[in-house]
Amino acid sequence: MNDTLEKNQTKVQELKVKAKVKKVLIICSKGKIEDVYAALVMANGALMEGIEAKMFFTFFGLEAITKKHADHLHTATVGNPAFMPGMPTMVAGLPGFEAFASYMMKKEMDKLDMPHVTEFLQMIDAGGGEIYACKLAADMFHLKKEDFLPEVKAIITVGDMYALADGEGTQIIFI
Amino acid sequence: METLEFNNKTIAVNEEGYLKDSAQWSPELAHQLAKDVNINLTDKHFQVLNWLRSKQAEGIALSIRKVGNSGIVDIKEFYQLFPGGPLKISSKIAGIPKPVSCI
Repeated sequence: MNDTLEKNQTKVQELKVKAKVKKVLIICSKGKIEDVYAALVMANGALMEGIEAKMFFTFFGLEAITKKHADHLHTATVGNPAFMPGMPTMVAGLPGFEAFASYMMKKEMDKLDMPHVTEFLQMIDAGGGEIYACKLAADMFHLKKEDFLPEVKAIITVGDMYALADGEGTQIIFI
Repeated sequence: METLEFNNKTIAVNEEGYLKDSAQWSPELAHQLAKDVNINLTDKHFQVLNWLRSKQAEGIALSIRKVGNSGIVDIKEFYQLFPGGPLKISSKIAGIPKPVSCI
């Protein structure tokens, strides 16, 4: 009886080892500061755990890897019910309100020692993570390789993106 | 409680292998702990380990970013010195608790 139990436990242990996440492919399709940070924290967090990490930025997510906008991302104050509940939409939509809210958010992030987007991307690159831009979206927004930060490895197609996820133990995360 | 034997001494570790009392650490023990993860410690490794230990003693929460700004190694070198999860692995070898940082 005990023998069987022990054998089963070993089996479970083995399966657990086998089922470990080995690689993550994180797709970031949004350009709001909180969405971009979610992608960056998860990619960097994976590398910290010894998990391989690839990032693919598409659509509005491309903003996060452009030289021009990477460190100037905003949060949405309108159409975001979790942002200051009770704040009337008309007020949240006043000129400058979004910039102010984003400024406050960045200040809180600084307190937590969170790096700016460009530094975060450098950290991910230094940790062996790879950063890619979506070709279709880049074409749509008229963005070229030189518009992107140097950590961006290449502009690739959706097919190339799936190839990044090749191998056992890969998880794809879409934001 | 889990323990490991080293130089005829019993050293208390937690279930993940982190030292319970960082005062029980010695450079010789570091070599032993590093061997378990296939790392041969060099002077550079020890510079990082000593830096981690001193910051930990000051009560500073460690992060990869802080190691990168330490002036001893940059982040890339840190990953090369302790491959496969540098902050966790180096903390274990340095005999300090598992880091709780998310960044």
